[in-house]
Amino acid sequence: MSQRTIHFKIYRYDPDKDAQPYMQDISVEVDSTDRKLLDALTKLKAKDDSIAYRRSCREGVCGSDAMNINGKNGLACLTDLEGLPQPVVLRPLPGLPVIRDLIVDMTQFFKQYHSIKPYLINNDPPPERERLQSPEDREELNGLYECILCACCSTSCPSFWWNPDKFVGPAGLLAAYRFIADTRDQATNERLDNLEDPYRLFRCHSIMNCVDVCPKGLNPTQAIGKIKDMMVKRMV
Amino acid sequence: MINRIVVGAGYGLKDWIAQRATAVIMALYTVIIVMAVIIVAPGDFEAWRGIFACGPIKFATFIFFLSLFYHAWIGVRDIWMDYVKPVGVRLTLHVLTLVALVGYVGWIASILWRV
Repeated sequence: MSQRTIHFKIYRYDPDKDAQPYMQDISVEVDSTDRKLLDALTKLKAKDDSIAYRRSCREGVCGSDAMNINGKNGLACLTDLEGLPQPVVLRPLPGLPVIRDLIVDMTQFFKQYHSIKPYLINNDPPPERERLQSPEDREELNGLYECILCACCSTSCPSFWWNPDKFVGPAGLLAAYRFIADTRDQATNERLDNLEDPYRLFRCHSIMNCVDVCPKGLNPTQAIGKIKDMMVKRMV
Repeated sequence: MINRIVVGAGYGLKDWIAQRATAVIMALYTVIIVMAVIIVAPGDFEAWRGIFACGPIKFATFIFFLSLFYHAWIGVRDIWMDYVKPVGVRLTLHVLTLVALVGYVGWIASILWRV
């Protein structure tokens, strides 16, 4: 089996040992069957088990292994090793506090996500089987429900870097529109009220960094635009 | 006072619309003034003055500057909101920005109606 070497430059920081973060140069041999960046990271972890990163499903569903790869946020498990410029520079997601190496504290991110009430609000008694939607109404939820909350988008957004405590961020706003657009939800007005704020929604200036990095190919900017459209419709 | 994060000022949409509306007004004015200059082809000071002495152009120019100032207010306030965290400092900067912009409105009115 043919082997090749992958060179890495990895952000290292262990608050128990290091006074400050540093970049470590390290290489690892990978086999021809190692196709994704995460495969190389697994080999790297076997070589030096002090390197810390999150991972779980290894197929782009759980969103655990989001990191900054050569300057752009992405999932290690979906990033092809083939054609990846070397040395591969790996940093933690920008803008969030680092716990250790490539692991960040996502508390703020999830706080914003929870603030939009990411669940269906419907006060009618539940029907015997399920709440139905027409195929057209269901169509609107495509491109919204697929979000895996990896935080690649929100941590590539300058508005989220400057105001992570006040700006909901692209991931949270995409989820907000997912429920605003849902015809089974009865809290549309409250949801719009909740977002009509110079910080929570209107920090978004549509620079589309979120669209650029989303590993699932979703479009938070478009969802944010639709929220604004609905607010305009409600006001005018 | 406990430092709680408070949001929910309840504005934002109107400013967002205003920013877009004022941008459209400024773009339209640019077209109008470029056309006026092409048509009149002013060669001397009096011809330039003639363009701006005309009532409709005076009106359009004043609206253009009002749009510019309102647009600038929203944009500059956004910068203060992003980069200036202490509330007192931010409020001071907001007030100073407003004072300057209101002053500019008076200034541009006096310039336009002197022509």
